[in-house]
Amino acid sequence: MDTEMQTKMKIRDLKLWYGDFEALHGINLDVYSDKVTAFIGPSGCGKSTFLRCMNRMNDRIASCRIEGQMLLEGSDIYAPEVDVVQLRTHVGMVFQKPNPFPKSIYENVAYAPRIHGLVTDGPDMDELVETSLKKASIWNEVKDKLQQPGTALSGGQQQRLCIARTIAVQPDVILMDEPCSALDPIATAKIEELMDELKNDYTIVIVTHNMQQAARVSDYTAYFYLGDLMEFGETQQIFTAPTHQKTEDYITGRFG
Amino acid sequence: MTTADLFLWFFGGLIPLAGFAYWLAQSKAIAAESAHTARFHSRPSFFGWYSLIWLALPAMAVALLCSILQMFHIYQIPGPILLATALILGMAGLWFSLTHMQADFRARQAVEKVMRSLLLTAATISILTTIGIVLSVVFESIRFFQVIPIWDFITGTKWQPDTAFLIGAGRGGEGVAPPLFGSLPIFAGTFMITLIAMLVAVPIGLFAAIYMSEYASHNNRGRLKPLLEILAGIPTVVYGFFAAITVSPFIVNVAHAMGLEADYTNALAPGLIMGVMIIPFMSSLSDDVIRAVPQELRDGALALGTTKAETIRHIVLPAAFPGIVSAFLLAVSRAIGETMIVVMAAGLRPNLTANPLEGMTTVTVKIVEALTGDQEFDSAFTLSAFALGLVLLTLTLILNIISAMVVRKFRQRYA
Amino acid sequence: MHNKADNFLHQGVHPRKRKRERADARFHFYGLAAVSLALGFLVIFFIDIIGQALPAFHLTEVLVKVHYTEAVKSNYNKAIDHKLSRIVGRSWLRSLPMKIEANPALIGTEEELWIAADSRVDQYLKGHDGHGLKNKYRKIVDKMQQQGKVRDVFNWAFFQSGDSKLPESAGILAAAIGSLFTLLITMLVAVPIGVMTAIYLEEFATDNTFTRLVEVNINNLAAIPSILYGLLGLAIFINFMGVPRSSALAGGLTLALMTLPLIIIATRAALRAVPESIREAAFGLGASSLQVAWHHVLPLAMPGILTGSIIGLAQAMGETAPLIIVGMMAYIPDAPGSILEATTVLPAQIYTWSTESMRGYSERTAAGIMVLLTVLLSLNALAVKLRNRSEKNW
Repeated sequence: MDTEMQTKMKIRDLKLWYGDFEALHGINLDVYSDKVTAFIGPSGCGKSTFLRCMNRMNDRIASCRIEGQMLLEGSDIYAPEVDVVQLRTHVGMVFQKPNPFPKSIYENVAYAPRIHGLVTDGPDMDELVETSLKKASIWNEVKDKLQQPGTALSGGQQQRLCIARTIAVQPDVILMDEPCSALDPIATAKIEELMDELKNDYTIVIVTHNMQQAARVSDYTAYFYLGDLMEFGETQQIFTAPTHQKTEDYITGRFG
Repeated sequence: MTTADLFLWFFGGLIPLAGFAYWLAQSKAIAAESAHTARFHSRPSFFGWYSLIWLALPAMAVALLCSILQMFHIYQIPGPILLATALILGMAGLWFSLTHMQADFRARQAVEKVMRSLLLTAATISILTTIGIVLSVVFESIRFFQVIPIWDFITGTKWQPDTAFLIGAGRGGEGVAPPLFGSLPIFAGTFMITLIAMLVAVPIGLFAAIYMSEYASHNNRGRLKPLLEILAGIPTVVYGFFAAITVSPFIVNVAHAMGLEADYTNALAPGLIMGVMIIPFMSSLSDDVIRAVPQELRDGALALGTTKAETIRHIVLPAAFPGIVSAFLLAVSRAIGETMIVVMAAGLRPNLTANPLEGMTTVTVKIVEALTGDQEFDSAFTLSAFALGLVLLTLTLILNIISAMVVRKFRQRYA
Repeated sequence: MHNKADNFLHQGVHPRKRKRERADARFHFYGLAAVSLALGFLVIFFIDIIGQALPAFHLTEVLVKVHYTEAVKSNYNKAIDHKLSRIVGRSWLRSLPMKIEANPALIGTEEELWIAADSRVDQYLKGHDGHGLKNKYRKIVDKMQQQGKVRDVFNWAFFQSGDSKLPESAGILAAAIGSLFTLLITMLVAVPIGVMTAIYLEEFATDNTFTRLVEVNINNLAAIPSILYGLLGLAIFINFMGVPRSSALAGGLTLALMTLPLIIIATRAALRAVPESIREAAFGLGASSLQVAWHHVLPLAMPGILTGSIIGLAQAMGETAPLIIVGMMAYIPDAPGSILEATTVLPAQIYTWSTESMRGYSERTAAGIMVLLTVLLSLNALAVKLRNRSEKNW
């Protein structure tokens, strides 16, 4: 592996329980800066659960318990003094189903910067909304209807709006939980294109069911199986010469 | 200074001061943040809320403490002293909160903790209400049972409380007939009227539910349901008036025509009208459980060639039975506790009889009677209302609990 | 083959099958009959109440000549022809001395005025049984009618005055204002506490013993008879806390506790209907749980919360039993000036009138019922409309 790479997140021996059920059995993984890392694996393998650990969305589940280390630029995000709210401004998330707020497009993007006090309402906010929408490649489609509800857009547009909304807080890492699974192929292509641009500025982690997508967009791939990280490496290597038989079976479609 | 004046002064002072505290802290935070190099952990508005809470909470704690002291008649603190103490403590709180204004102070967490406790306090009020109801009936009932033996109350067949006030005034003894508090005829009346109400509400409510969930088209259902629910929206005092003025004389006339004797305070009129009142209650609860029976069960039966009625009778109703039983129990509990219809249309005289055309009385009527006269609050007659209330509370709680248990069984099976 | 299949489907009806079909039709009929019975009752009920109420909305006035003299100050009966003293409403007569006191220039003058007639005259002219007007007065009234000194006008007084011992001047204004005061207190107490409880249970509480206790408790409270809330109000608010008896504060607080479980249940349902994805979106952007609830969930649940609150308050508005227990059925002719003064409310006023024996009150009872029902049904219709308008899919 390229040792020149900067490590954004370092995960060491991370275990997770839902009540008595151990869903993740000691994951060790490095996420590199300004790269796209894809998590693949069969349903129920823990890849989404693991992704949600990375910005502590699992905190909302009362029965969920975590052990091990999850370091963001060297500091443990599960340390008691960490403020989850601030963590999530550094690690943003895009969900499986596009979930814009039932508010105007402008408000969708302006909401997070406003509550975090990043900019004040007025020309500064207008500018931030515009750059965020531009970065999410949706500005040209919505610039004339910023006051219309975000829920009126098409599915693909909604998902790009959600990405713009995440970008607006200028996070370091963007987590994407199967962002294209609810979209048609054309909308999917647009999102993939967008990811390619975004990785210049952001570290992206994507969970996907679609192996072609993982192969197309990611630089690194992690293969999860039954709560274990089976294999992690450069995407090209994983897809051409996997070291594990299980990985080979999965990517060649023998099961999954 | 009256309590009302004190209230006015307290909140009249607190609200603007709280607004001032918010404004002061917020503007100080904005100024401090721009002077500072890094961003503060919390937004200025949270510093505003933080100071507001530190001003308002101590002041309100003082007021609460004083009102509790006064309520228990321990000590009455003069108004001006209360106001001054609240003001001083509030200002001290404000000053204290302002010393926290630093870059890494987590004002947001502090504010949210207080808000969370506030929500928790609100949730506790419903528990306090239950405790309040239980305590208010239990304490007075104990006082009642100190005078009247509980066994006499439960098994006695005569309710003649007229001389109770003499005992209350210290004139009991020879020459005065002892008051009798035998509640049996009162409960008999309650159950008779409840029975009549159920005879009306259960068949009509149940068949209406079957019709709406199984036979009526979607549009008809949408039109019928709100119409039936109008019945539930009519106040009970209105039903009572209708029962007393229209239904009762009608029953007397009909009975007379059939050669029967009927009192104007007969049990039939309030029973029938109470039944009508409960129809929508029964029908909407049954409707819910009938619709919760899975469609596959119906399809399976229909595919075997059964008619619609057979499917309903043999498949749907047995499946929905626990839910219907639960609805029935809730309806009974409602009938037992219903007050205005019986107060207006049923009698005052306890009467142990099985003839629904005779006048009889109920638990709720007796509670109202005991608490609306000019009786002294301490007489056994007045206290009897609380003893009856205790029985009423126990009965409805038992019915509710059984009903909840039955319906949980139903839900486990189908939901 | 084809023929055989045809025959099989269309063969003469088997006797047993006919019996089953009849049973099916009968069952269908029972259902229809049940619904028709319930709706039939509703129709009869409304016709009956409206029929009884309509006469109360108009009222008889008689034309009388009034003489303002010094003697009227001490004996108001001297102002009019003594034969008419049982014909005109007494509340007007009683107000005469004060009128002269206030305007001494009137003394020595006289004028002809249309005055509300005594309730017995009113009932007699409306042709009601049990009007209670004596024979000799009947003759006077009949004569006045021939002279055109009797007229029928809309009963404005019913909406402009409070309760009275004289049916012709009894109105619902005081009770309506009392209802408004009481309901205002109920709303200010029950809605915030109910909504806060629901938010706590849905958005903050973890599944522990306390939460389960609260939930069971709320369901039980919703089924406790309203009269027991009256006992609570009497024992806790009035006897223990010292809230004045019969006051809007005592009634309002009692009703608030009664309405609380309804509002909590409705609000919880509304909060639960807000999709989880909205909460996730907001949490993912770094909103705190309070911000998620306040900025996103609550606004989306607002129509449902409003609907539930309106229905709960409408129910509180029609409630009588607990208010009787806290003393709100006393004879209170004046509208309350504050929430601490003794007052009555619409349903309690209806109850009070229904216990009066004079014929004039029973039509006023029905009229009061019509006013109350109009308000309650409008509130419910508003709630239904709000619910239908807000039913949308995310």
